[in-house]
Amino acid sequence: MVQYVSPPLDLSFAALSDATRRGIIDQLGRGDASITSLADKFQMTLTGMKKHVQVLERAGLVVTQKVGRVRTCKLGKRGLRAEAEWIEAHRKLFEARFEALDEIISEMKQEGSDESAS
Amino acid sequence: MNQQVDSAGGAQNRTSVERKGDRELVITRTFNAPPSTVYRAWSQPELFQRWWVPKSASGVSLVSCDMDVRTGGKYRLEFGAGGSDTMAFYGKYLEVVPNERIVWTNDEGEEGAVTTVTFEEQGGKTLLNFHEVYPSKEALEEAIQGGAAALPEQLEQLDELLSSIGE
Repeated sequence: MVQYVSPPLDLSFAALSDATRRGIIDQLGRGDASITSLADKFQMTLTGMKKHVQVLERAGLVVTQKVGRVRTCKLGKRGLRAEAEWIEAHRKLFEARFEALDEIISEMKQEGSDESAS
Repeated sequence: MNQQVDSAGGAQNRTSVERKGDRELVITRTFNAPPSTVYRAWSQPELFQRWWVPKSASGVSLVSCDMDVRTGGKYRLEFGAGGSDTMAFYGKYLEVVPNERIVWTNDEGEEGAVTTVTFEEQGGKTLLNFHEVYPSKEALEEAIQGGAAALPEQLEQLDELLSSIGE
């Protein structure tokens, strides 16, 4: 796992203190979008939208990528972190389950050998 | 994007958890017993309920466990955490091949995964493969984000915080 350095929390708080920026996060939660389409959706100038996206990007809430002439925005690494945490939670749960299953299996093997011995 | 997390342990059997493609979660582990034994521990309710809820899952216990492990059969597990609140997980077995595989649905949610567990003989041991397929990429993302549904909450907390300090 790549270890990210989290941007300071106050950066994301500041980034999210604006209703439009919260709207952008909400929108990107439904799917990636270009700066142009976001500007249209929120009825803003391209320059205005770029500024908002920059603030979100600095806070690590949004990642942008330029392909050709289109800059696409998507939710930032929090999404990735959520995935890593989810996988880790599954691993912990199943590890605990499978350890308990190991114990039961050795009991069963014990009983099996008892039966064949008697 | 594939992420894989392995548990440590050289001689021990490792639990590997991997997200595969857009809609799948795959967990594998080897057990030191033939498939018939592992299958029994998985398909007999009185054995299953002894390991499915690990002691480390603090405070949560299985209140009831009904499993009719055969093709077309149903299961229902109810969990409780001490109070009167219980949480139920239920679904039906789509396919059961004794000592080989069990396939079941997870019907408690809107877009539940279909889970397949297979038991594969490997030199007297069993390679167990536990495989969840979600109906769509969105459903898996939902499951992941559901586990980390912190952002909307954070936003609400932030709203409260901001209104309390006055903008």
